[in-house]
Amino acid sequence: MPKTTTIGDQIRPLSRLRSRHLLSVTDLTPEEVVLILDTAEAMREVGTRPIKKVPTLRGKTVVNLFCEPSTRTRTSFEIAEKRLSADTLSITTSTSSVVKGETLADTARNIEAMAPELIVVRHPASGACQLLANICNSRIINAGDGMHEHPTQALLDVLTIREHKTKFTGLKVSIIGDLLHSRVLRSNVLLLKMLGADVWVCGPRTMMPAGIDQFGVSATSSLDAAVEGADVVMMLRIQLERMRGYFFPSLREYFNIFGMSSDRLRRAKPDVIIMHPGPLNRGVEIASDVADGPYSVILEQVSNGVAVRMAILYLLAGSEEEDL
Amino acid sequence: MTATKSVGRQQPIILKGGHVVDPTQGVNELCDLRIANGVVEQVGPDLGVDGAAVIEVPADLIVCPGFIDMHVHLREPGQEYKERIATGVEAAVAGGFVGVACMPNTNPVNDHRAVTEFILRKAEEANLAHVYPIGAVTLGSKGEQLAEIGELHDAGCVAISDDGYPVADALLMRRALEYASMFEMPVIDHCEDPSLKGEGSAHEGYYSSVLGLRGIPGEAEEVMVERDVTLSGLTDGSVHIAHMSTRGSLRAVRSGKDRGINVTCEVAPHHFTLTDEELSYDTNYKMNPPLRESGDREAMIQGLVDGTIDVIATDHAPHHADDKTVEFEKAPFGIIGLETAVPLVMDRLLHKGLISIGRLVELLATNPARILGLPGGRLAPGSPADITVLAPDVTTEISASKFKSLARNTPFDGWQLRGSVAAVLIGGRIVYTNEDIEAVGVFQQFSPSVSS
Repeated sequence: MPKTTTIGDQIRPLSRLRSRHLLSVTDLTPEEVVLILDTAEAMREVGTRPIKKVPTLRGKTVVNLFCEPSTRTRTSFEIAEKRLSADTLSITTSTSSVVKGETLADTARNIEAMAPELIVVRHPASGACQLLANICNSRIINAGDGMHEHPTQALLDVLTIREHKTKFTGLKVSIIGDLLHSRVLRSNVLLLKMLGADVWVCGPRTMMPAGIDQFGVSATSSLDAAVEGADVVMMLRIQLERMRGYFFPSLREYFNIFGMSSDRLRRAKPDVIIMHPGPLNRGVEIASDVADGPYSVILEQVSNGVAVRMAILYLLAGSEEEDL
Repeated sequence: MTATKSVGRQQPIILKGGHVVDPTQGVNELCDLRIANGVVEQVGPDLGVDGAAVIEVPADLIVCPGFIDMHVHLREPGQEYKERIATGVEAAVAGGFVGVACMPNTNPVNDHRAVTEFILRKAEEANLAHVYPIGAVTLGSKGEQLAEIGELHDAGCVAISDDGYPVADALLMRRALEYASMFEMPVIDHCEDPSLKGEGSAHEGYYSSVLGLRGIPGEAEEVMVERDVTLSGLTDGSVHIAHMSTRGSLRAVRSGKDRGINVTCEVAPHHFTLTDEELSYDTNYKMNPPLRESGDREAMIQGLVDGTIDVIATDHAPHHADDKTVEFEKAPFGIIGLETAVPLVMDRLLHKGLISIGRLVELLATNPARILGLPGGRLAPGSPADITVLAPDVTTEISASKFKSLARNTPFDGWQLRGSVAAVLIGGRIVYTNEDIEAVGVFQQFSPSVSS
């Protein structure tokens, strides 16, 4: 399946991505998504080598600007960058001037003045990556902005799905949980729709984004309806840190109505896969026996995260022309 | 209240031959207008010159009662880096307004006579558009204790409002309506239920969901408009709904008016021009109330057409670029409007055949003057010679860099709009002529003001 067969020192992209930045999955065409997935599959091979490194991004500087707590995504980007031999630097909010009152725009201008090729941004405000893209010449990769998008997560999710399912067309993918606050939801809905999947979203009425029908999904508050015949079940985290305003009475009741147990999973297709972007709230949105059970591909998602991010870094910054 | 101090011995002026419009006098025709001692002396065809200076007004210019923007923020005292009274009134006359009513959310809040007097003194120094201060309903606009409303009225306030904040407590709103009615002042309310608004920064709907922005449902406004209409019915006090933006609010006001309740309302140009479909992370599209859905925009236009909406007011809200160049949810609400409103009204409403020129004058001049109890808004004999002259067929290219306002926060930069402000007279004095329009040469030759 991989179309980039010569991974290694001479790797060259088949084509560049049309967009300068990756702010939203809507920056990508379906062909580019396939290119990223194919490249990621090739990249995965690097991780199996005794020396897990290619010189693709040698001499390129990548800044990881993380203004919100993150373990998985930041680590995943850092490993991806190091495997591509980029010079990397991670700035987190506690080490940045943000705590001294510097604006995001000024932080960006200062980082920009040091001329990195790429800035990977995680930020609590929706649109923060767009703001940086407006200001900076560097290419921006959105590593999660507020409640807006998390495109690399969606790409690693579809890579994981592609490994287990033959095609996206008609695939019933049910995304279940805190829909309102989830950037993972938004990126996945847009990307899965682009690839032709039959997307269902399920959560409490209190957590349904306004205008959800206009996203072209089937929206329900019935977990059983969402799980019925599903090929893929993607559980979203209950984002306790974002919770204000009477969304549901208790975690106990949440689990009783929307939590995924092996019992409720029986309605799904026999070859269903269970996904979760992490971190897990065990016993809240997902029971441990499901998270750790035979249908779970949660740790594959994490492994694929490194490959997908290598692919994106490579396709955005890996070729010479235009990058001064 | 300002800008008229040197008119006492002015030579009379005749504006000859323009298209004069004043719905209060039933005038909508080519005729003459004679001004003496800062007031309108006579309107009619072929007035005798009789020692007056003559301005030959081209027939394609429209002579209207001076426009009054009853909802602006001048930021002084306290935030002079955003706008000052002097720059605000300069922007006002450049935008075709002879007067502005300024909201009390300055620092300190206009909740005491001393602040009102300071504002009026600054306005007098600037000596351009009239400035009509609006006092706070409550001390510090904190919604806890009534400000000294009688004293504010005595100092020159024309209305009271805690704009920026709703009067959330229903009993307090009731008392404010009752109390202000003793001074015949309306209570202007920024209607928005604080708990339903929450931390929202955009209209709650599909587009806020796409952008991942916390939403403000239209109903956050509507529940409070309904409440205010009900309380106005209870107290017989005048309530004026600021910057109305939704279908439901319009319905509530219409129903109140049908029941004879003392409610009036205004809409801002951006709410009949733009919708949430235009939203991006550009903070020049962030205002409160937010840009609503197309059905709401259409309802605003319907209300302007059928008379339910009384006034077009800009909610001119200057902000510095530093404050706006931030994450969308962190940015302050508000856009400026003084220098874009009149061309938008002409292009979007008048030239589209939605409203007549008479209705335009009611919305921009007659009704704001009536609601605030001001002397202007008409061209009857004895009215102040406050006049806005329009060039309805001259295209305005909005260029924020040329604004007189200190601020640049507008979503309309670069727009081409059919309709321009040609000239503005205040108390018979020519305070603004649009240099881009050849036809205003007649005013320029005459300017500066003649005194004998």
